[in-house]
Amino acid sequence: MNLKTLIKFAAVTAAVATMAVAPGAVQAKKLKVGFVYVGPVGDHGWTYQHHQGLLAVKKAFGDKVETTHVENVQEGPDSERVIQQLAQQGHDVIFTTSFGFMNPTLKVASRFPKVKFEHSTGYKRSKNVSTYNIRFYEGRYVAGVVAGKMTKSNTIGYIASFPIPEVIMGINAAYLGAKSVNPNVKFKIVWVSTWFDPGKESDAAKALVDQGADVLFQHTDSPAAMKLAEQRNISAIGQASDMKAFGRKAQLTALVNNWGPYYIARVKAVMDGSWKAQDTWGGLKSGMLTIAGLNDRVPADVKALAAKVQADIASGKLHPFTGPLEKQDGSMFLKSGEKISDKALSGMKFYVKGIEGSLPK
Amino acid sequence: MDLVVNILLGIIVAATPLVFAAIGELVVEKSGVLNLGVEGMMIVGAIAGFSVTLESGNYLIGIVSAILAGALMALLFGFLTQTLLANQVATGLALTMFGLGLAALWGQSYSGKTADKFPKLDIPLLSDLPVVGKLVFGQDYLVYLSVALVLAVSWFFRKTRGGLIIRAIGENHEAAHAIGYPVVFYRYLALLFGGGCAGLGGAYLSVVQTPFWAEDMTAGRGWIALALVVFAAWRPGRALLGAYLFGGITILQLHSQGFGVKIEAQYLSMLPYLATIMVLVMISSDRMKVKLNAPACLAQSFRAAT
Repeated sequence: MNLKTLIKFAAVTAAVATMAVAPGAVQAKKLKVGFVYVGPVGDHGWTYQHHQGLLAVKKAFGDKVETTHVENVQEGPDSERVIQQLAQQGHDVIFTTSFGFMNPTLKVASRFPKVKFEHSTGYKRSKNVSTYNIRFYEGRYVAGVVAGKMTKSNTIGYIASFPIPEVIMGINAAYLGAKSVNPNVKFKIVWVSTWFDPGKESDAAKALVDQGADVLFQHTDSPAAMKLAEQRNISAIGQASDMKAFGRKAQLTALVNNWGPYYIARVKAVMDGSWKAQDTWGGLKSGMLTIAGLNDRVPADVKALAAKVQADIASGKLHPFTGPLEKQDGSMFLKSGEKISDKALSGMKFYVKGIEGSLPK
Repeated sequence: MDLVVNILLGIIVAATPLVFAAIGELVVEKSGVLNLGVEGMMIVGAIAGFSVTLESGNYLIGIVSAILAGALMALLFGFLTQTLLANQVATGLALTMFGLGLAALWGQSYSGKTADKFPKLDIPLLSDLPVVGKLVFGQDYLVYLSVALVLAVSWFFRKTRGGLIIRAIGENHEAAHAIGYPVVFYRYLALLFGGGCAGLGGAYLSVVQTPFWAEDMTAGRGWIALALVVFAAWRPGRALLGAYLFGGITILQLHSQGFGVKIEAQYLSMLPYLATIMVLVMISSDRMKVKLNAPACLAQSFRAAT
């Protein structure tokens, strides 16, 4: 037997073996769930929290699901290849977890009409593409209340990434929260033009502290600002996940993204055939956003106040953006008692009155 | 006054990783080798420095490990390009990608951990002086090392026989070989030095500046260091100046935003890069100057004639 026949023989044996196994495999068909991540699972922020959601799905369904995840996928054309591959491998539902995966997800979805797709933070949907996001601004308002109460210098520093509505509404919400309990509060905002650069985030935090800020907010992904706050003995608000490890004393509270319940619900919908393309924007009420335990050094009355604000937002009694509210230039945009519409919110491109400085365009 | 001191302190911290990486690469390029893998060597140095510091609890051991890790990466580059004569540009790019991946793998169990504050120089009386005390006598040890390194390299190229040999090899490796200098051996030495410096620069980021480990935390600083070498026209003093200019503009733009200066943040973010490009254009507009400054054998493989 020469090498060629040996290979042929091996191939045939393998094929027969597969056929013999196949019926058994069909009987125990698992639902295949795929996840596409923009960063590493170890980023301790955005992707880390999505991965916690994947683990929750695994725990909830056990043997009934098989999960796959791909880390560090570049936004843009590269992601299309990855999503396509997952679809070809027979995944029943695929979660793509970054804004930049939007168009590639839709493209692949049109080629695989039977596969269900779920895209996080986007706004384009189709028959088999759902979108989902978290109302982060609700948590920022609560954190703003805590920050406004805790600041002694009445100066709150905010490290911002890019001037997109998501970030701008976060700044406005945090400011309104702080202002509601402390009329003298001032915000200093520094734009770093990056989501992730620990060195630069740390530099920005340093600049803000040097200019008098004693509570730091961030809308970037690394724990650099939290660590600096700990070193300088001031306070900070954790972002995306609990950053207590970096600021045992410094972290007043943290906004924690909780994707698990949503992922479980959607996987279940695929299983029982009730899945439909939809848009979900969940917040404190749905539990998609949670607020991690307040630091022990926060006084009891502030804790109680934060809990009340949180409960009021969850129950719908309080909306962070309720009139009367003016834009920075003094023009009215919400009449007294009027609540902002989701559409206006998701297109927000201005500071509210009271925030100093100009918004980069 | 305190604010001015704090701004200056910020600039020093932002510039120091760049100083290390740039001065290392400068020596490498002077010997006629172009190693584009600075980013990869930095990130490996960052995780090596952080993980060893955390495990051993000793900063010195951590920093030395970072230097060794960077040098090992450079050794790999040397083997591929000097011994196997692979293309330097392609190998350098590959080294960066390899380094980023290797560091991510190595760092898996270290994300979410954090180190203590790096020790600073503290001389009684002197360090307590207003303004000068904190700036001149109150830095962490690595800052002094970075400046000393630049002075040493400058002196080495000007005043020592070894420096002259490396310059000769970078200018004309055939001639240097003909006189009897072991070209490849010296290039290996230069590469090891460059790798060690890059590793040190990475460790400064993960052990001193932040201090924690996160994937891809060098965020392009290796590429800036490469640009700084050209910016400096291969002169050590100017590399130091360039790094402080770059760090200075970065910190000042952050501060100016805090003060509410009415310039768009994006323009300010661009400034350091714009300045670099402008100097590059100025340098390359004069062909004679480029010829005088750039090592003539840069990025060329050397094979001894038999």
